[in-house]
Amino acid sequence: MKTRYSFGGDEHIFAECGEEMSLEAFFKSLSITTAVKNARIKGVTEICPANAGFQVKYNPDIIKPTAMLSEIKRIEKSAGKGKSEIKTRIIEIPVLYNDPWTHETLMKFRDRHQDPNSTDVEYTARINGLDGVDGFVKAHSGAPWFVSMVGFVAGLPFLYQMVERQRQIQSPKYLRPRTDTPKLTVGHGGCFGCIYSVRGAGGYQMFGITPMPIYDPNQKIKYLKDFMCLFKPGDIVKWKPIDRAEYDETVVAVEKGRFSPRMKDVKFSLEEFKKDMDGYNAKLMGALNG
Amino acid sequence: MVDAKHGSVKVLKAGLSTTVQDLGRPGYYHIGIPISGAMDRFALRCANMLVGNRENLAVLEAVFMGPELQFTEAATVAVTGAELPPKVNGEARETWTSFKVKKGDVLSFDYLKKGARAYIAVSGGIDVPMVLGSRSTYTLGALGGFNGRKLADGDVLNVGKGRAAKEGRSVPEKLRRMPGMPAELRMMPGLYWHRITADAGKHFLEDTWKVAPEADRIGYRFKGGRKLDFVDRVPPFGAGSDPSNIVDACYPYGSIQIPSGTEPIVLHRDAVSGGGYFMVGAVVSADMDLIGQLQPHTPTRFVAVSMAQALKARRDRAKLLDSIRNKI
Repeated sequence: MKTRYSFGGDEHIFAECGEEMSLEAFFKSLSITTAVKNARIKGVTEICPANAGFQVKYNPDIIKPTAMLSEIKRIEKSAGKGKSEIKTRIIEIPVLYNDPWTHETLMKFRDRHQDPNSTDVEYTARINGLDGVDGFVKAHSGAPWFVSMVGFVAGLPFLYQMVERQRQIQSPKYLRPRTDTPKLTVGHGGCFGCIYSVRGAGGYQMFGITPMPIYDPNQKIKYLKDFMCLFKPGDIVKWKPIDRAEYDETVVAVEKGRFSPRMKDVKFSLEEFKKDMDGYNAKLMGALNG
Repeated sequence: MVDAKHGSVKVLKAGLSTTVQDLGRPGYYHIGIPISGAMDRFALRCANMLVGNRENLAVLEAVFMGPELQFTEAATVAVTGAELPPKVNGEARETWTSFKVKKGDVLSFDYLKKGARAYIAVSGGIDVPMVLGSRSTYTLGALGGFNGRKLADGDVLNVGKGRAAKEGRSVPEKLRRMPGMPAELRMMPGLYWHRITADAGKHFLEDTWKVAPEADRIGYRFKGGRKLDFVDRVPPFGAGSDPSNIVDACYPYGSIQIPSGTEPIVLHRDAVSGGGYFMVGAVVSADMDLIGQLQPHTPTRFVAVSMAQALKARRDRAKLLDSIRNKI
């Protein structure tokens, strides 16, 4: 897998670690960006890892674009040698699947959908050969997901499910983007899941909603006091299906400052994971619930 | 020089979309928080220089239409960027030139003559809380600025402590910077340029595009050029089936994405930080300010340049700012 580099105007270096999505490309992007960060290169202002690539923004008055590019290529050589192992966190996110709010929105924009006669969950279940809504919820929440990128808008995580490619849920984006998406919608486009951190336009399928805010610019929410965005690339997410009663209770608990997400520090090794994905995921679940 | 007292500005009428902006909030793009700040940074720097502020202090960015403001203390004011003629108690004042306001004076504006965004600097700077190192407003994330939003009638803005500079300081007309007609935006082809055919690449650069009504701080959309053809491919896993789709990637500032090959969108200061559309390259840093002054329907051409030319343009812009610093 050779990294493809390009200049993005005079202030950015853009890299594609893989043309298609894979955990290898994601780990490569994460390890190079971590190494670039640690190298503390003068003139660098932004280091952004993405699903299968990354971007570095720099000030060309301080470091020449060609010097910046050779520095990153040099770092890529040494960063690529290490083991694909990271220290990270696993976080449990409660989800009310098929909730009334995303349902109302998806009905409003039905004319922009591939299948106007079913819901987003029903449609996605069908095209992925899953057994209806229940089969879909089982597949979606059964195995954990990697936060493979944070962005689009403030604090929005892109998620990549930690299962073999043939088991990954795939669903197209809406034919035309919606002008509205409820805040905290659990969405899906291509092979990526996401949580909409703020209300706004969007094109991903809508599966449910979480009662747990993930972005708080006022930093009033207990678990967002240290920083306004919850997610970092490399975090692991486990969905927990909940019912309406638990959803309502959690909303109140968040408001009263009584709620904190279940979260544990874990180590993740890509090599170990690839040897036995289900076994490795079971161990991660053990760590989360232990 | 006189010491200006710590005053405030009352927003009598907010205008169409008036926000507090400075030079921006770098360092958080990796979690989707864009740099924000003035779309025309050149105009913001000039406005601050004219009123004796440090160049990075916060000012008001007014789009298409000016606000109406009342001052509770005397101050020096300057309006740069778009040709949006200021008036004090109904009496005309010059743009790109500092002027005084007294306690109780009302600053209002005439109709827009040229450009799209005016920058209104007040001696001492607009004093809203610093959020992640900047006073800029990022509306989509409800972050920074005045309560994370554009101004509304009745808002009261604090003004920082500062010495009121002399009136009559001016940026000479030949040193002001505005887009031409048609506007020319220099861009470096790259990123996913290889996704379109050679003919499509030629068309993109030959055609005259027009600024679409959907043009804001996130991005500027252009219409009217020929639809671009793509090089055939098998969609990579995770990208999506449209030929313009990529596996969701980072979006550079100034990058030009063309969803389905039809309407180019140039991302600006409040850019979405990433997504799933291919990009043909990026507008050079020296021309980003010009985009902020484009009105809807402005004919626009993209001009391909090399890195050497992009850096030369950047140096020229820096020199221009230096000569203004020396004059003021």
